Amino acid sequence: MRRPPGFPFPLGEWRRAAGLCVEMALTEQTFEDPGVDNLAKETHVSDIAFSGARAKSAEIDRRQTLGKLGLFDRLFHKLTWSAAVLVLLLLGGVIVSLIHGSLPAIRAFGFGFLASQSWNPVTDNFGAMAPIYGTVTTSLIAMLVAVPVGLGIAVFLTELCPTPLRRPIGMAIELLAGIPSIIYGIWGLFLLAPFLQQYVQPALISTFADTPVLSTLFAGPPYGIGVLTAGLILGVMVLPFVASISRDVFETVPPVLKEAASGVGCTTWEVVRHVVIPYTRVGVIGAVMLGLGRALGETMAVTFVIGNAHKISGSLIAPGTTISATIANEFTEAVGDVYTSSLIELGLILFVITFVVLACARLLLMRIEQKAGA
Amino acid sequence: MSLYGSRRSANILAAALCWAAAIFGLSWLVMILGALVYEGGKGLSLDVFTQMTPPPGAAGGLLNALAGSLIMSVIGVAVGAPLGMLAGTYMAEYGRYSKLTVVIRFINDILLSAPSIVIGLFVYELLVARMGHFSAISGSVALAILVIPVVLRTTEDMLLLVPGSLREAATALGLPRSYVIQRVAYRAAKSGLVTGVLLAVARVSGETAPLLFTSLNNQFWSLNLNAPMASLPVVIFQFALSPYKDWQQLAWTGALLVTVTVLVLSIAARTLSRQRTSK
Amino acid sequence: MTVMPVVKTELSTKVFVRNLDFFYGDQRALKDVTIGLHTNKVTAFIGPSGCGKSTLLRVLNRMYDLYPKQRAEGEVILDGENILDPRVDVNLLRSRVGMVFQKPTPFPMSIYENIAFGVRLYEKLSKSALDERVEEALRGAALWEEVKDILHKSGLGLSGGQQQRLCIARSVAVQPEVILFDEPCSALDPISTAKVEELIDELSQRYTIAIVTHNMQQAVRVSDFTAFMYLGEITEFGETDAVFTAPREKRTQDYITGRFG
Repeated sequence: MRRPPGFPFPLGEWRRAAGLCVEMALTEQTFEDPGVDNLAKETHVSDIAFSGARAKSAEIDRRQTLGKLGLFDRLFHKLTWSAAVLVLLLLGGVIVSLIHGSLPAIRAFGFGFLASQSWNPVTDNFGAMAPIYGTVTTSLIAMLVAVPVGLGIAVFLTELCPTPLRRPIGMAIELLAGIPSIIYGIWGLFLLAPFLQQYVQPALISTFADTPVLSTLFAGPPYGIGVLTAGLILGVMVLPFVASISRDVFETVPPVLKEAASGVGCTTWEVVRHVVIPYTRVGVIGAVMLGLGRALGETMAVTFVIGNAHKISGSLIAPGTTISATIANEFTEAVGDVYTSSLIELGLILFVITFVVLACARLLLMRIEQKAGA
Repeated sequence: MSLYGSRRSANILAAALCWAAAIFGLSWLVMILGALVYEGGKGLSLDVFTQMTPPPGAAGGLLNALAGSLIMSVIGVAVGAPLGMLAGTYMAEYGRYSKLTVVIRFINDILLSAPSIVIGLFVYELLVARMGHFSAISGSVALAILVIPVVLRTTEDMLLLVPGSLREAATALGLPRSYVIQRVAYRAAKSGLVTGVLLAVARVSGETAPLLFTSLNNQFWSLNLNAPMASLPVVIFQFALSPYKDWQQLAWTGALLVTVTVLVLSIAARTLSRQRTSK
Repeated sequence: MTVMPVVKTELSTKVFVRNLDFFYGDQRALKDVTIGLHTNKVTAFIGPSGCGKSTLLRVLNRMYDLYPKQRAEGEVILDGENILDPRVDVNLLRSRVGMVFQKPTPFPMSIYENIAFGVRLYEKLSKSALDERVEEALRGAALWEEVKDILHKSGLGLSGGQQQRLCIARSVAVQPEVILFDEPCSALDPISTAKVEELIDELSQRYTIAIVTHNMQQAVRVSDFTAFMYLGEITEFGETDAVFTAPREKRTQDYITGRFG
């Protein structure tokens, strides 16, 4: 049945056209007047078509509605696109503003900024070496703690843990990741640092007093706070990240692979060592780098316990500073362009370092996601 | 035989180490939470919720800090979550196969894990330096910038999970794209989207660094968005590092409150997402 | 190789596909396809996996528009206009050419909403008129008796066969002219399959129907015309009885007798 041309349409004509349609249908349905909303008890699909004749009059309405929706559709599309581009602009904005803010310091110190240890607000002479050293050292210590423990937890959760406990313990680990860093800081300051100062650090100092390299590493009065403590707290903060990402990565190993190894007689550890870890190697490295990225950028957990001393000391037990701790402690009191801008330049350096680490981590993790998806 | 024996020992050793790692990790959780409850609980009283932050040596509470955190978090989420959701919608729907999406996803993940203190510096340069003073608005903007990546990520992930067949079925009815997204895809991903927002709120509740030089701190009660505003994490920072005992006690109590908030939100988010997957 | 469509002069052609090529990226999936779907008749598309039957179906309602790497060249004429023309309002097209998919896809809404959703888009109806439309559609899909008391419950709670009938009701409620079925019964049990086939038979009295199926008995039961496709081309097309009892091409013969599939 062809669509009746042109509306409104004389009702009789319409009925005739519809009637033709009904005749072809060969059903014995009662024919309704298009104007009356009165359905026969036994409806067949053909009736819907018939009321379709009635609704075909709404064809024009349909076009109009869709036309209006089209405008909204395009608006919505543009809106979401703009929001997406905003993310790009944000990153760009961060970089640009950091560079802009660092210009006075860059002009004053040039590349020497990176090599100088001095930090003198009075003479306006600043150098980034101590903070950079502190950032790197605390992060390394943190990784030394977080990686073995995190991987161990991941292996535990995927292989050794009794099944009913898996979810609660997994959740507990993720809760650990969610605890704000300031909590770690305050806990470290009031509880861990005194503990280390009283028991652990004196033990470390005396144990390694006579060993050649380690004696310098663990020398000096036991302050409690210091690079080692900060690294430790940072490690505890980062280990849930490493643990949960590694666990997710371990779970992408197809069970058949593990079963094949077990079937040959491998012990659980051997399955992990020879199947799981090689399969997920890229992902694990990604997880570790993600943890490293977090550790490098962490402020609060470190600021409380690092001691805020702008010098590089050979001993881990001595106080030091990190980039983020320096900025956190001194920014609001910084007077003068050079001082403020040196702090911003520190922020820029930190951002660049973490950007590089995080970018590598993401690239590695993208590869393992592709592998799992394939 | 000895080869097998050594393999067995290696296995047992490895298992023991893994168990030790798990116990190590969990015990930290217990120690930290335990200390929080004990130390923070000591200072818990009605005063904490009704009095302002005191000068050193005086009694007081955390009311202005609580209010300030609430206000700035709400504004931050109200600004950041819609932006993140819209951007995530673009990436999962309109731009699913485009290169722009790949780049944005990459950038977003970097922003997600970027040092929050750098975000604070950015907002300082952008707003505070221009305005000439610290303000709650700047703090809220900093928090919004932290919210966007979280919400974007979860929105995109959740929308990608909506089966293509559902979208096609809606499209086959003649529904325009935006309708398909809003009426069908959003509905299907509803609990996941809410989870994302909850996680963002949890994240933002505990952040200190970005607020340090945007909203600064305020000893008194203030609802003025154009002035510095107190917030719980900043107050904790200031009080904990001080030598005054009562300030330190308030810091612990504040820390307990922050942790409880964050944990409750995280648990709510996870229960929601589990309900969805168990269907 | 173009197979000329069998055009019966007493039957009108609702949809005419002419020289259609379809590409997934650089890969050509449909080669110079020309075929006509007769008005109010059921045309079945059969053929081995990957021959392009679903691809062809999805061109008819421009479903491929959703995916940037897919494109079609050629003409598909519906009531005198070429629907592949970019100027065509694709949403309006889809309201005239409906589709039922292999996997039942009820929306995450109540049963009532599933049907009302599409209707509301095109028409402003009062609550009672809408109620009637929903009831009509569900009766038409032979689902009314089973769901009339649970209209507010989620569509996802129905069984597979019921969900598929819900999807059919949903498509029919927007009053299309052509309905495309993409293997509608492959996810259903035999009893639901029988009900859906019965429905298709009824629907063909009002609509032009194209159905893609793996099941040759289904094609025989349900369709008036059959097209056999192989590697992106239509190898044979004609009245179903003729194609199945006296196929002209050897490949068709081999497929029907199960020599390959």
